[in-house]
Amino acid sequence: MAKKIKIIVAKPGLDGHDRGAKLLARIFAEEGMEVVYTGLRQTPEMIVAAAEQEDADVVGLSSLSGVHNYFFPKVVELLKSKGLNDVLVVGGGIIPIEDYDFLQKSGVKAIFGPGTPTMDIVSFIKSNVRAR
Amino acid sequence: MERPDAPYCESPAIRTLSIYDEVGDSADSTCEIGYSHLELLPRMLSAREPVLLSVVVERTSGLMNRDYAKQILEGSQQAVARLISWLEDEDERAYPFMEELYPHTGKAYILGITGSPGAGKSTLTDKLIRNIRKSGLTVGIVAVDPSSPFTGGALLGDRIRMSEHSTDPDVYIRSMATRGFLGGMAKATCDVVKVLDAFGKDVIIIETVGVGQDEVDVVGLADTTCVVLVPGLGDVIQSMKAGIMEIADLYVVNKADREGADQLNMEVSARIEQDTHIKMSGWTPTVHKTVAVDNVGIKELWEAILKHKDFLESSGRLVEKRRNQTYQETLRMIHNEMFRLIRDQLQENGRLDRLVEEILERRRDPYSTMREILDEWQFFTPKQKEAS
Ligand SMILES: Nc1nc2c(ncn2[C@@H]2O[C@H](COP(=O)(O)OP(=O)(O)O)[C@@H](O)[C@H]2O)c(=O)[nH]1
Ligand SMILES: [Mg+2]
Repeated sequence: MAKKIKIIVAKPGLDGHDRGAKLLARIFAEEGMEVVYTGLRQTPEMIVAAAEQEDADVVGLSSLSGVHNYFFPKVVELLKSKGLNDVLVVGGGIIPIEDYDFLQKSGVKAIFGPGTPTMDIVSFIKSNVRAR
Repeated sequence: MERPDAPYCESPAIRTLSIYDEVGDSADSTCEIGYSHLELLPRMLSAREPVLLSVVVERTSGLMNRDYAKQILEGSQQAVARLISWLEDEDERAYPFMEELYPHTGKAYILGITGSPGAGKSTLTDKLIRNIRKSGLTVGIVAVDPSSPFTGGALLGDRIRMSEHSTDPDVYIRSMATRGFLGGMAKATCDVVKVLDAFGKDVIIIETVGVGQDEVDVVGLADTTCVVLVPGLGDVIQSMKAGIMEIADLYVVNKADREGADQLNMEVSARIEQDTHIKMSGWTPTVHKTVAVDNVGIKELWEAILKHKDFLESSGRLVEKRRNQTYQETLRMIHNEMFRLIRDQLQENGRLDRLVEEILERRRDPYSTMREILDEWQFFTPKQKEAS
């Protein structure tokens, strides 16, 4: 049986829009990945618990409400604290360019702003995902 | 060098590293060395003596053979998670651990929840978990959604409804895609249930869409099967066609806040009443109205499930059911493996293609071809051979 990339798409924070995240989830599924969509208003703890139970290879975080500087590094940190160091964390949504550096230093492997061609996201994931 | 699994860095390789770093020190001294150090390992090694290098490499490959079974029995979620992935991939590494885990299975109570997409199965499962947790029991959930037949991918959305329980250490939720398997199940679903069973979950809930005619559907796996219906979908007629009405131990009329719930309730009850005249059975299915989103009727539903469990246990049906399941499963496993072996061998040297061509050109027929191949595999006893 062919291995599948398993990806969690999560929407940390309190804003109530997840159209973008849902769209991405669908795109990943179209690309042959198994996508676990966790829904709105996820805490970092919930996201990491889901990643652990689902044995996720990738965690995709989406934020529109400006909470990324807190939530994204927190997810990375919690993953690390559980020993899940090889889970690829990527982010997207509305994130000011000046935050990219900080986020990448804190372990978010890539940030995809609005308008990033979805194929770029997909190919980044495919070439950076772990083996299991 | 192969990378060990990240979560388990503090095992043999690390110890080896410390032995190595402190050459001459006692062999069981350990120190905290993180994953990133492992990447440096080759460079560190190259500076040292070849003898030590071989020691380290050997120990490191020992890391690949972590004892997942032991860790699962000790409560490691990550070991459970990885073993399940391997089972889904049909990765050979999984099976030795399954052999070890098997003696620890058979304790969980297995509940199947099935029904059309959107019927409210996940919402219902979420509320059932809440009830089950209140009674102090632990829960495992296997939520199966279909894979796309076109892309092989899947959108698994059942966790959305179960967020409340995602950080409860006594609840383990796993989403699964069917990966082309029929009957609303994934091929590995029964293996995954066993892992969660051995992991010590008291109740395991399998959520699946619909029910196939396959013997490998949720009915063949669950002790109690709940069929979820909703008013206004013409569900009953559809379900009767699909054979769903035969498989339910309990019916749930969900979305009872909607118009038509009473009507549906009556139709289902009438159908059950009819069935009691046709079939003799110790158990008459019960019908339960719920509003899953508002947690209405769930407590009663859980009590009804427990009643069915009591019935199965006191009547000896549970043992009978599981004997039947084991019988089917054992046969199925042998069947699958034999098929795989023969297929792989036939495909290996292009022989199957040649056979197909010959059959197409009518230089052969598929019947004798099949017999010929089976003969090679010595499936026939000498006696049968003589007879044929
Ligand atoms: N009105 C109403 N909606 C419900 C009820 N139970 C679930 N839903 C909604 O039905 C939709 C599908 O529910 P979900 O649990 O995902 O269904 P599943 O596909 O069977 O797992 C969601 O929007 C739920 O909020 C109910 O009792 N009443
Ligand atoms: Mg569902």
